[in-house]
Amino acid sequence: MQLSKQEIQHIAKLARLDLSEPELEKYGGQLSAVLDYIDQLKEVDVKGVEPTAQVTGLENVLREDEVKNWDKEEIELALKDAPARGGRFIKVKRVLE
Amino acid sequence: MGLNTFTIKQAGKMLADKEISSVELTKACLKRIKQVDGQIKACLTVCEKEALAEAKAADVKRAKEQGRAGAGHDLLLLGIPYLAKDNILTRGVRTTAASKILENYIAPYDATVIRKLKQAGAVLLGKTNLDEFAHGASTENSAFGPSHNPWDLDRVPGGSSGGNAAAVAADMCLFALGTDTGGSIRQPASFCGVVGLKPTYGRSSRFGLIAMTSSTDVPGPLTKAVEDAAIVLSVISGADKNDATTVDKSHPSPLLAKEKGNLKGLSIGLPKEYFIDGTDKGVAEALNQAIEEFKKLGAKFKQVSLPHTKYGIPVYYIITPAELSSNLARHDGIKYGLSVEDGERGKTDLMSIYTKSRGQGFGQEAKRRIMLGTYALSAGYYDAYYLQAQKVRTKIKQEMDQVLETVDCLLTPTSPHAAFKIGQQSNDPLKMYLEDIFVTGVNLTGLPAISIPCGFDHGLPVGMQLIGRRFDEATLFRVGQSYEQATEWHKMKPLNVIASDPGLDPGERSNLTHNLSY
Repeated sequence: MQLSKQEIQHIAKLARLDLSEPELEKYGGQLSAVLDYIDQLKEVDVKGVEPTAQVTGLENVLREDEVKNWDKEEIELALKDAPARGGRFIKVKRVLE
Repeated sequence: MGLNTFTIKQAGKMLADKEISSVELTKACLKRIKQVDGQIKACLTVCEKEALAEAKAADVKRAKEQGRAGAGHDLLLLGIPYLAKDNILTRGVRTTAASKILENYIAPYDATVIRKLKQAGAVLLGKTNLDEFAHGASTENSAFGPSHNPWDLDRVPGGSSGGNAAAVAADMCLFALGTDTGGSIRQPASFCGVVGLKPTYGRSSRFGLIAMTSSTDVPGPLTKAVEDAAIVLSVISGADKNDATTVDKSHPSPLLAKEKGNLKGLSIGLPKEYFIDGTDKGVAEALNQAIEEFKKLGAKFKQVSLPHTKYGIPVYYIITPAELSSNLARHDGIKYGLSVEDGERGKTDLMSIYTKSRGQGFGQEAKRRIMLGTYALSAGYYDAYYLQAQKVRTKIKQEMDQVLETVDCLLTPTSPHAAFKIGQQSNDPLKMYLEDIFVTGVNLTGLPAISIPCGFDHGLPVGMQLIGRRFDEATLFRVGQSYEQATEWHKMKPLNVIASDPGLDPGERSNLTHNLSY
């Protein structure tokens, strides 16, 4: 299955990736080749088969919803990684116009 | 031979007997890194100062604790130097995932497995190279350049834990901590001639790993001997309230010496789908030799069939991109990591920070996989790809579980060939995905598996894979240790790196390689 350039652009937008023209072209071909290979899954009869999302057999692992405070140093370390901050807050661009 | 060449078991005994100190052991490893890592490029970060401080603390602790009654098992890793793959969070020490997007990231907390190793007194020497975000089978996808295989510097060490495997093979550390999502511990272990253990999913905590495929990721050790893998697993395993998928199972003691050497009554399955024409002759011969060895030890072999094996790769390459495209959504240029503001067109809105930071921060393979996963999960395609893959995953799991009810474990090659040349197949993503042909099955099913050195093909190491029942790592250790007792493969050291070590006399060198028969 050949993905069109329009489709590749749409996927890139959904994935929040700014791609160059050569990238769009390259990924078009490569993703199509991988999807062709993956298409063989269609030949497997899965009638009545449940999907597997996890393999441990654990069910509904619950815990109390408790607030656990970080120590001051941890908070400082975490904030230090942010590209822009104002005091104890991480600065972001305007979301609402 | 330098102290850095020891196994955990050997070094542990010498530490306990006060013949060496952890500071000496740590210095030997740091020296070795300086000596050979310029060629091998296994390490992204070496934390010499911190490592020496930890080693000193370990020596103090040992002096205090050793006389205490009951001391023993909890001192197994005390003062033992190791390297961790750079997708495992280490508080205060840079963690990059070998990506430009995290080039300067310093985690505010330790991964659970790192915390446990710290508590046991193991000494962190530094962080090792990997394919960016663990996406790959060669370590060529690292944003900081490829690592080199110590057995042949023109070849890849495998991946994604390639830095780990190269470092253990070249004796830069006593063991390394890696992650295995679709073969990323076992395949590089086989390419570099070391032991690599992928524990049962749920055995060791994923908390603090940079998440790739949450339903298959699992941390585990790369070591110089099977017993060492058992020792490390006994420390890093256990239920963790920060990872709801961990299971509370008692772990077998690593000290199972009395069962070694005799495999009478043990039955090993040979799945015919893993012994195929595409496998290199040298690999097939090494496996046949190993089978003969196991027969001598008393094991019985049984032909078995896993007909859905061929769907392992296509299932894996839907489930993995789908999960990692979600997991990598957190790298958005806001909270941490690379943040790109594009002033030139005056477009500094939030969306452009997302798309530019991600577009420039992620490498080619990460972007390719994010695209593939986003497509597979997008409206209209979910049922055809993701849901179908999850259903085929059920079939693969059922048939592996059923076959393992009839035998104690399975034996397969870890990879259809030995290490390939750097650059040889980096332009064909699909060919690179097929590298994982023998290793993804156990990730999809959550089973434990171990790769053990079992010979050479044209001077390059070959690994065999043992696959066990869920939470039955004990059988893998027993089988592996018995094999190591009967053979010498795990003791082989890469010649060209040894040759560059001026501290080793030629007599010693020939001792190490005398029964290499290629």
